[in-house]
Amino acid sequence: MGALVKTTQAVDKPLVSHGSRQFLTFLLGGEMFAIDILRIKEIIEYGQVTPVPMVPDFIRGVINLRGSVVPVIYLSIRFGHAPTETTRRTCIVIVEVECEGGKLDIGIIVDSVSEVLEIPDSEIEPPPSFGAKIRADFIDGMGKVDGRFVILLDIARVLSLDELTMLTAMGTEKGTAVEAAGAA
Amino acid sequence: MNLDQALATYIAESRDLLGEMEDRLLHLEQDPLDGDAINALFRAVHTIKGSAGLFGLDYVVVFTHVVEHALDKVREGELTFDAELIAVMLSCRDHIDALIEHVSACGTVVPEGELPARGEALLDQLRQRLLTQASAGLPVDAESHRTAEVESCGREVSGDNWHISVRFGQDSLRNGMDPISFIRYLGTLGEVVSIVTLFENLPSFKDIDPEACYLGFEMSFKSAADKETIAGTFDFVRQDSLVRILPPHSKLSDYLSLIQMQDPASDPKLGDILVNCGTLTRQELHDALAFQQRTAADTEDHVAPPLGEILVGHRLVAEEAVNAALQKQQQIRENKARENLYIRVLADKLDHLINLVGELVIAGASANLLARRQGDKGLQEATSRVTHLVEDIRDQALQLRMVEIGDTFNRFRRVVRDVSLELGKEIELQIDGAETELDKTVVEQIGDPLLHLVRNAIDHGIEPATVRIAAGKPAKGTVSLNAYHDSGSIIIEVADDGGGLNRDKILKRAIERGIVTPEQNLDDRDIYNLIFEPGFSTVDQVTNLSGRGVGMDVVKRNITALSGSVELDSQLGAGSVVSIRLPLTLAIIDGFLVGVGGSFYVVPLDMVVECLELSAEERKSALERNYINLRGEVLPFLRLRDLFRENGKAGRRENIVVVQFSGRKAGFMVDELLGEFQTVIKPLGKLFVNLQGISGSTILGGGEVALILDVPALLQMAANKEMQVTAPFARAVATL
Repeated sequence: MGALVKTTQAVDKPLVSHGSRQFLTFLLGGEMFAIDILRIKEIIEYGQVTPVPMVPDFIRGVINLRGSVVPVIYLSIRFGHAPTETTRRTCIVIVEVECEGGKLDIGIIVDSVSEVLEIPDSEIEPPPSFGAKIRADFIDGMGKVDGRFVILLDIARVLSLDELTMLTAMGTEKGTAVEAAGAA
Repeated sequence: MNLDQALATYIAESRDLLGEMEDRLLHLEQDPLDGDAINALFRAVHTIKGSAGLFGLDYVVVFTHVVEHALDKVREGELTFDAELIAVMLSCRDHIDALIEHVSACGTVVPEGELPARGEALLDQLRQRLLTQASAGLPVDAESHRTAEVESCGREVSGDNWHISVRFGQDSLRNGMDPISFIRYLGTLGEVVSIVTLFENLPSFKDIDPEACYLGFEMSFKSAADKETIAGTFDFVRQDSLVRILPPHSKLSDYLSLIQMQDPASDPKLGDILVNCGTLTRQELHDALAFQQRTAADTEDHVAPPLGEILVGHRLVAEEAVNAALQKQQQIRENKARENLYIRVLADKLDHLINLVGELVIAGASANLLARRQGDKGLQEATSRVTHLVEDIRDQALQLRMVEIGDTFNRFRRVVRDVSLELGKEIELQIDGAETELDKTVVEQIGDPLLHLVRNAIDHGIEPATVRIAAGKPAKGTVSLNAYHDSGSIIIEVADDGGGLNRDKILKRAIERGIVTPEQNLDDRDIYNLIFEPGFSTVDQVTNLSGRGVGMDVVKRNITALSGSVELDSQLGAGSVVSIRLPLTLAIIDGFLVGVGGSFYVVPLDMVVECLELSAEERKSALERNYINLRGEVLPFLRLRDLFRENGKAGRRENIVVVQFSGRKAGFMVDELLGEFQTVIKPLGKLFVNLQGISGSTILGGGEVALILDVPALLQMAANKEMQVTAPFARAVATL
């Protein structure tokens, strides 16, 4: 699983110029999403993922990221959509989320990674109350890029550890009732 | 030397000493006249005080000084330990503990509010004890020196100050001993009236080693402290420094011998210094020098004998006292020697090492695998040798983390004492297997659950004395802690010889609380273990200590978090035993690798009894029911494939891994048996905290992640599930 793009959170690179932020854009189910680049640790090729039994569908499993075990989740199922097909361009984006007593790496599966965009604050619209087909609180804002809208994800919300562990607990209680993540 | 580091060492050492204090005090409660224990106690307080002075922690010094003084009186036989004094001393110990905590949190900032107030209250208690019991005792030390008779040759000098003469050893600074801190500390004991610094040992500028200490001091010191206290200031530098302390009104001859101890060339100079210090008057010096000349012939004898002999010779100090002091010194030296056998290492460093060794084990396994695939004999031999060494290193590294459980057990002596006093029960704590070693992380985390179990045993287990006597048992109850190894695990038992659990009462309560249904057929063991269910408490009266219905389930949860398990056995009228089973270490386990569908799973090897392949006939019959005939034994089994919803096509063969867990056997049906495998446990992380049945993960030689099965949890889940499926039918039948 070679790294395709490697970004760092190092502060020595002046990634953020005044009044604009940089985002990594990616495609998922035909829709363009973006995540603040400061949240992203690295992007790796979709490789061998070990499924974890008895967890909700959105958890695809775990991977070995250079010796540490990192959970990988299906972003599309988390959004309430059907899982998308795995292709050659499918990637795992490793995101760092804050949690109690430290940071946690979580991988998210996306259809393909596009590019890093700089979006000025003036070009960011507030999220619509509905219509984006994902939960409104997952959206940080709508960025305008070349006359198109890009959904800027509030990744801390999407990967809220409290919510995820709660869902996992429910999945475990249901025991084996959970379908096998549509991986087939 | 970094002062922060030194302070951290001081805090760690003080905690050790406080632990020792507690042990000694509890021992003294049984045997109040044990001189060794009293001395050890005194030493502990003395060391804490002395070092506190070095760091300028005045508030610690002030408190410990009084405690030390009281202990000194005990040592001299003027005070005796009774229950009350022990109780006060224990409180004082706790207060010192609190002070040390404060030091670790805030450093030299003087505490405010409750802490000093509590300290003052304790000191008042102590002082009162000192007054009531010691009033008939001897006058204060300084006075006793005054009454010392005058020797023929030695007139008393007129000054009423102590004289201290110090020549710091060259290594003092290198050892972290700054002369100024000693002088500052002296300032806490009294007043340094005057001080003269001696530079005579200072080499020429060219030869100066900036890390060496060349200084000497002559001090005139006004204090009511006794000699030992003053001398104690210099405990840390006594080995390589020259320290002479002369009490007020010492005889001139003592000063003379002090002068004679010096380099002859500096004699007159030193005399002048003493005069400058105000210790001697010019006239006295003159007399002394004259005396020196008079006795020039036999001065050699006077110079040569050690200080102790001179003092005895001058009848200043009784011979006994000197012997005691020497013995004490000897003991301290022995203790020092023993301490040197240990190295204090930062736990983080050790953890890092263990992690690296863990990676090494994985990398080694991977190299071994590749070598086997290559088929090169020489390479295989080399890798297997490396593997062997890596295993040794792993064992040694893990050994570093192992600590004896005895310290944890000993902490409970105090708990048992306090709780039994509070409840008015007489209880003895019996400890076995204190030398059993287990992982430091486990030891740290097992303290709280154990505490709860011990309290429970005292509170609920042991009956009041009257009930005990009526039942024909000794009035004194026994709570015992025991630890031993059992097939790759460690078992810790908390037992009491109390009333035992009431089976029917537990069952009734469990049914009331809806934990079980009346139809369920439970054996005694199942019923006893119901008390570990959340929200369960059978005691009608809630006491201060336990019985709030939280606790046993928390105990169970904590132990499960350590991948351990807990069980309770009880006999009505004879007592209960709670057994905790824990893994020896949390870092690495020996596992048995199996394949289910396309995934790999690891079963902890110590639980695997055997593996068997199902014959075609058995497979057919096993389709209908989930048990097989294992040499005449009924063996229930779980189909991991079904449980884990593995897709992928079924293997050509089906195998059963037979596991044994706390006396019960069960099987796991898997596709492939892949053999033994050494694994480094990697936690699955916070996302999976609620996941049951999987205790962690590990990385295989090929880079794949394999999940480690939590055997007890899986079996429990299977049992629960079957109960859920069958219970409605049972209920339906019951209502018919």
